[in-house]
Formats: sequence, C-alpha cells, structure tokens
Amino acid sequence: MLNFFQLILIYAGIYAIMAIGQNCITGYTGMLSLCHAGFFCIGSYATAIMCKTFGLSFWLSLPVAAIATGLIGLLIGIPTLRLKGDYLCIATLGLGEIIRNIATNLNPVGYNSIPRASLFGYQFASRNKVAFIILIWAFVLIFYVLFQQLAHSRLGRAMIAVREDEVAAQSNGINVTKYKISSFVLGAAVGGIAGCLQTAYTLTVQPGSYTFMVSVMVLCTVVLGGMGNAKAVILGAFIIQLISYLPQLTGLTNVIPAQAKQIIYGLLLVVMMLCRPQGILGRDRFRYGDPRTRREKLHDFFIRPAGKAREARHENP
Amino acid sequence: MRILETEHLTREFGGVIAVNDVDFHVEKGLVTGLIGPNGAGKTTLFNQITGMDRPTSGRIVFDGVDITGLPAWKISRMGIARTFQNIRLYKDLTVVENVMMGLHFKVGSDPFRHRFSQAIRSYVFASRENREVYAKAMDWLSFFEIDEHAQDFAGSLPYGKQRELEIARALAADPKLLFLDEPAAGMNPAETAHLMTVVDKIRKLGVTVVLIEHDMKLVMNICDSITVLNFGMKIAEGTPNEIKHDKGVIEAYLGREEEED
Repeated sequence: MLNFFQLILIYAGIYAIMAIGQNCITGYTGMLSLCHAGFFCIGSYATAIMCKTFGLSFWLSLPVAAIATGLIGLLIGIPTLRLKGDYLCIATLGLGEIIRNIATNLNPVGYNSIPRASLFGYQFASRNKVAFIILIWAFVLIFYVLFQQLAHSRLGRAMIAVREDEVAAQSNGINVTKYKISSFVLGAAVGGIAGCLQTAYTLTVQPGSYTFMVSVMVLCTVVLGGMGNAKAVILGAFIIQLISYLPQLTGLTNVIPAQAKQIIYGLLLVVMMLCRPQGILGRDRFRYGDPRTRREKLHDFFIRPAGKAREARHENP
Repeated sequence: MRILETEHLTREFGGVIAVNDVDFHVEKGLVTGLIGPNGAGKTTLFNQITGMDRPTSGRIVFDGVDITGLPAWKISRMGIARTFQNIRLYKDLTVVENVMMGLHFKVGSDPFRHRFSQAIRSYVFASRENREVYAKAMDWLSFFEIDEHAQDFAGSLPYGKQRELEIARALAADPKLLFLDEPAAGMNPAETAHLMTVVDKIRKLGVTVVLIEHDMKLVMNICDSITVLNFGMKIAEGTPNEIKHDKGVIEAYLGREEEED
C-alpha cells in the first residue's frame, strides 16, 4: 500500500512537470495542443540514447533532452501554430503519433538497462522510491517557481494577451507568432525533461508507453486543475494519478478493469465542464499593485490572513 | 504637416471593391473625422493602415516611412494605436492589467538592446518592471478617471467605461496617431458628451486623432477636418462647415434626412 502511494507520488510528479509544460502552451497562450506524449517520448529517448550509446551521465543528458525536445517543438511549431483551435489540436495529435511511430521504427523493443543516475556518489536505484520522490518533486518545485515568474513577467503577460484576444494583442504591439512559438518551445522542453526523469526512474524506454492517452491525460490534468494556474495543475496531476491507480489502491484489480480509468477521465471532464469549467482552482489571479511589501506578504501568508493584516495597517499607519 | 498619407489605396474582396483608390491624409495635431454611410469602407481603410489587413494596391506613408504591408504589431510599435468598433478588451483580466498590456513595448523593451537579452532581463527583474508598469498604468487610469475600477474585471465595467478603457490602453503605448473606430456607438447622450471631453484631452496631449463616427453632432463639433467615403471612394474632404454644405455629401449621406422631410 505504502509502495503504491510512493509510486503515485513519483508519477504525479512526472505528470505535474508535463502538465506545467502543457499549461504554458494551453493555459497561458491558449493553444490546444495534444502532442505532449510526443515531447515526453523525445525526452525519454534522448536520455536513453545519450546515457546508453554515448555514455553521458544523467545530468548531462538532461539539458540535451530539453534542447532536443525544444528544437523539435520549434520545428513542429513553425508550420502548425498558424492553425487555430480544433485544427491545431488535430495537427498536433497527428504529430504526436508520428513521433511515436518514428520511435517504434527506430527500435521496436526500446532500450533496456540504461545506466543509473547518480548525485554526489549516491546512485538512484528504482527500489529506493523515496530518493526519486525527492528528486522529481525538487524538479516540480523548480519548474513551478520558474513558470510562476514567467506568468507574472512582461513575457507571460504577452502570452496571456495572445490567449485573451489575438487581434487586440497585435494592436498592443505584441508579436503574436513569436510568443506562440516561444511558449510552445518552452512547454515542449519541459515535457522533454519529464521524459528524462521518467527514464531515470524506470531505466527502460518502450515506444508503447507514449500513446495518445498520455497526451489526453496531460491535457485532462490541466483542465481539471485549472488552466493558467501552475498550482492547480500540480493538484490536477495528483488527482489524475489517484484515479489511474484506483484499482490497485482499492485492491479491486480483479473487479475494475484497467480501461475503467479512461471512462472515469471522460466522466470527470464532462462533470467539470458542466459544473466548474474553469477547473478546480480556476485561473491564477495575480494582483498587481498590492500595497504590501514582500515581508508583509510573507507575514500575512504564514502568520495571519491577508485581509486582516491590511486592515490593521490601514487603521494605524 | 502630414503625419499620414495614403496613395491610391485599394482593397478588393473578390469582386467587391471595399476601398477604391483612396488618397487619405491626416494633418499632424488635428482631429480628423472619417464619415460615410454603412459599408463605405471606413473600417477597411482603418484596418489597412493599422496592418490588420493588406491593401490590394497603393501605398501608406506614416511619418515619412512607407508602412505598406508591415505586420500590425510592428505598425503599433511605430506609433499608430487603435480601438475597435466592437470593443476588444481582455475581458477576463483586470482593468489595470489591460492598460499594462498597452504598455507592453514601452517598459522593459529597449530598442538598443538585443531582443533576447531584453527578454531575459524582463524575466529576471520582473517584479521591478511590474512596479514600473503598474505605476504607469495607474497614471493612465487616473487620467481617464477610471482608477477606482483598477482591480475590477474589464468585462464588468459599464459600456461607456469599457470604451474609455480601450482608449486608455491604446494611449498607454504613447502613440503619435490614434485611430478611434466608432467610439460613440451605443453610447447614451451623457456618455457621448463625456467622450467629447476625452477626445479634447487627447488632442491636448499632442496626439493626432482620426475617428470614424456616425454621430454627426460629435463629428461636426470635435473634428478639424473631415473626409467622406462612399462605396469605397473618397467623395469629399474639408472642414466641417465645407462638408455640411457639400452637395455630393448631402446627396450621398446627409441627403436622406431631407427626403424624409
């Protein structure tokens, strides 16, 4: 049981990283893309090939995986990002499948016994799940912070402007194409890093594990948690993984078929669309011009509720 | 001095000629009105000048530079801002965020620095930049007296205020030339009167204004010069007084009122 819970934490972490990437594409810039499984695949394969064939260490293959995925994201992005909405969705769906097919043809059985990752002499073995939980969630934290910073900077605001209204964004001097491509490349690179971490955990890559369902799961994660909200996306990753491992968790593997999770995802999405289309936590709202200083904000966050502190400050200046 | 000039500007949509060989020009510092019956090609002309649409033939010269066929975002960076006929605000963002979008290339975008290094700076020093952008946005909001709504959602503002917010967002980019596409459409008389004072304020800032409008009272009161389009062709231009007495204009446009009498 504890073992399963640890496994869920690991996969929730990997999916949270992917979902942060998907959130950059879908949540901030508003492009409906369905090829995160493809980026995940490229990241995994890049790591596997770098570690096994070229004998690079895990830490060196990590940036290689990110750059390779980013570059392929750029190649895919330049022609497809002219499309909008459903058309973009279909085009990216096809590209995800193309990547998987190339991977299958490259090496139908995938790669096995990839060297382990190590840090300061410590070897990350698949048996030791706690070490992986720490490693993967450290990455989740890093990407969370990086993308929160992006969302609240000039660049993130421009992406949000593109999502809200492309024509108005152009009239504000925002180069819509540039921001669409940058956000697609960033999202892809993050998906690649998720693939890299997965390879470090499983030490095998098989083309069969990068199906269309993975892309759907990642998109579900973003929609479920709340589009354009990095916190919500991490919460969504947890929920999706809990559902995914529901038969094992409840000990009903014989009763609930493995395909049942797909039904549950579908049902969940329909219910969400009817009751709370903005996702569980909704969009992230950043209040520009909050009169509090950073210290006051931290104080309010940890010690007392925000509203009260501000009132108190206004009463006795 | 002419700040904007179009030469033989033409736009064809299949067989329909929306704008036909129009020589439109705008004098610096004045308020120019663009009027004409529905479907006369006024908005198409606006769209071509602001880069939202490409002319079939002809040339657009802004401030001595040929801007024909440039993408819209480049044209707005050169100093042409606009509002839209059907208000295009970022409705799900707050009022102040809307104006901050208007400041996109004003703060944190240094033309003398490489674009990539600019982006890195904007990313790393985001909170410092945000404070600056926020302060400037608030200045614009108080200029239009809508600063008390700063943290409300743009979509929740009353109609007249949404128009003003859109103008504030356009002006935040510090344009030389501002295009207003039917700013008084759907406004009640009180709001229209307020809009006139707003346009007056903008003129005092030294911004050249071009506006499309159907409200003749507004046009005749605030415009220094008027151009009339009909079926895509320029049929008259001159001062409000000249336009009022122009026979062609009366026939094409104002004449309808006489028929009713």
